[in-house]
Amino acid sequence: MSSLAQPEMSNSERPNQLFRNLNAKVASIPMILTALAVFVGGTAWTVLYSFTNSKLLPRLNFVGVDQYYRLWATPRWLVSIENLLIYGIISLVFSLVIGFVLAALLDQKIRFEDTFRTIFLYPFALSFIVTGLVWQWLLNPDFGIQRVVRDLGWTSFSFDPLYNSSIVIYGISIAALWQGTGLIMCLMLAGLRGIDEDIWKAARVDGIPMWKTYLFIVIPMMRPVFITTLVIIAAGIVKVYDLVVAQTSGGPGIASEVPAKYVYDYMFFAQNLGQGFAASTMMLLSVVIVIVPWAYLEFGGKKRG
Amino acid sequence: MRYKFLTAAFAATVALNFAGPAAATDLEVTHWWTSGGEAAAVAELAKAFDATGNHWVDGAIAGSGGTARPIMISRITGGDPMGATQFNHGRQAEELVQAGLMRDLTDIATKGKWTELVRPKSLLDSCTIDGKIYCVPVNIHSWQWLWLSNEAFQKAGVPMPKDWNEFVAAAPALEKAGIIPLAVGGQPWQASGAFDVLLAAVGGTDAFLKVYKEKDAKFAGGPEIAKVFKAADDARKMAKNTNVQDWNQATNLVITGKAGGQIMGDWAQGEFQVAGKTAGKDYTCLPGLGLNEVIATGGDAFYFPLLKDADKAKAQEVLAETLLDPKTQVAFNLKKGSLPVRGDVDLNTANDCMKKGLAILAKGAVIPWTDQLLSQDSQKQKEDLFSEFFAKPDMSLEEAQKRFADIIASAD
Repeated sequence: MSSLAQPEMSNSERPNQLFRNLNAKVASIPMILTALAVFVGGTAWTVLYSFTNSKLLPRLNFVGVDQYYRLWATPRWLVSIENLLIYGIISLVFSLVIGFVLAALLDQKIRFEDTFRTIFLYPFALSFIVTGLVWQWLLNPDFGIQRVVRDLGWTSFSFDPLYNSSIVIYGISIAALWQGTGLIMCLMLAGLRGIDEDIWKAARVDGIPMWKTYLFIVIPMMRPVFITTLVIIAAGIVKVYDLVVAQTSGGPGIASEVPAKYVYDYMFFAQNLGQGFAASTMMLLSVVIVIVPWAYLEFGGKKRG
Repeated sequence: MRYKFLTAAFAATVALNFAGPAAATDLEVTHWWTSGGEAAAVAELAKAFDATGNHWVDGAIAGSGGTARPIMISRITGGDPMGATQFNHGRQAEELVQAGLMRDLTDIATKGKWTELVRPKSLLDSCTIDGKIYCVPVNIHSWQWLWLSNEAFQKAGVPMPKDWNEFVAAAPALEKAGIIPLAVGGQPWQASGAFDVLLAAVGGTDAFLKVYKEKDAKFAGGPEIAKVFKAADDARKMAKNTNVQDWNQATNLVITGKAGGQIMGDWAQGEFQVAGKTAGKDYTCLPGLGLNEVIATGGDAFYFPLLKDADKAKAQEVLAETLLDPKTQVAFNLKKGSLPVRGDVDLNTANDCMKKGLAILAKGAVIPWTDQLLSQDSQKQKEDLFSEFFAKPDMSLEEAQKRFADIIASAD
């Protein structure tokens, strides 16, 4: 194959579409096969076995939708879904808003922009496990924020989200935002830099206030950037797992459980593959329900401008 | 040392093949004993095995059984079996045995007269599937202990309780002195285990067996078990200020006198020993919560995956015999803080709490533990229920008991 991969790519007189860029196509065959076998094949296998009563080892002993019945009757799964919704809404709204505002502020040709950008992006260099541990300590009432404020004199100050069942998911969201907004800010900043300087000049000549220019001219022009950002954030929401494990391990009780953790725990800890597969199929389904109509609107239909 | 860490780190994915042309056969043994006392105990096993002319390749997997078991199982099912591996004897490896992946040890057991040596009998029973023996029990760990801090009770000015009821009665005085009455860490298995202990202590042995062995859901939802839930409610109220996760952090609260007591297995004793505390003087142990003095025969066992290599298979036999050797049993269990599986060994150096345990064992007051009676699936559901129950003060007893009965109804 290496002999094929010569730099002579300019066979423009070839009539057949199929053979255009043949080198590239041949080279990508292994990857296509891998993707088909691993992603599509693996998904089909998982869905198939979610209808069985497989325990520790996969077995084709079909029980219909029993696993799904059990799943939706399990309080822990329902709590997980609720948590995912809250976490999802918070991280979607806040990372977009905070990310964009930070980017807009950095875009004001301020001094030390590089320094600020580095500071804001830095948390993204940390893994979720490290982020989770750092915030576990910060939010611990005995030696975290609460302790510091109390030592300053406000002795009745109370801030222990990770130990309070009703707000623990917000404590986790704070850590996720701290880690993730830097990246969103950078993407937004790149988008802002892509806006032609003339547009700003024209807006200024017309006397449009800056906030209006951002809201009604710049943001609509940044649509592709927003879509990229949305996909990145959404993927992060559905797969959230390690952050929860590091911060609370799902506690207190089951108050901060998430679907991905349910899947892992039931597949490996409870040795019940069927139940784990059913849960992961539900996760896939929820992603499909969100992605497919959107992808259809975005990529299907007629091409836009 | 570095070698050991590498082994542990890569055990999950990499085929380890240390077998060379050397005379001694290398046998990789995986386990999850990584804390100080545990590692010292494993070293005793390794030493005894190395003395037979073979070589113990240590495959420690950090992160306790929950993390280690999936790794071990994937290696066995994935066609890369180790020489031997730890499991809690009971039903954790049941399906691996049924799938024919584990080695039948019946011949070695008959030769070594294990049925006569191993005590109590239920240990070997839980290694037996369809009349064949598949594992070697190495120790007995029992959950039935209430560990109390003498310092905490002195500070609160109340006498040391002699059983669970007195302990509950002393709770307000402890709270007044700024002490958490009962330490229960946030890990789900701690809440679930504490409930099982309460079930055996408050409900009694018969109730325990009726629920977990016969899986009588009607009984589990009935008035007798309601009493146990009442006790669990007391425990929940006493534990509400424990802001720690790991069991040893909770034990540490008892060691430092910040908490009055903890319901935890006899492995907690290692923590007291490491902290230099003396049984009877600094801390007190109440087996069966002082109400029903029984010992559950949970514990650890070694399973041997079926191997093709004849040399390694031979080494497996040697290891199986070594594990039950009286000298190995004593050396290992003293370090581990657990009870030996044979009745004919001498444990003079055991401390007070261990001696209490041995006496109960000698009386034959033993019950099987939930690892032996329930599948991992049911165990996990139970953990989910009780970790929620302990963390949520407004969850009603009726609701909790109903959900408990549902789990028992669907248990296998």
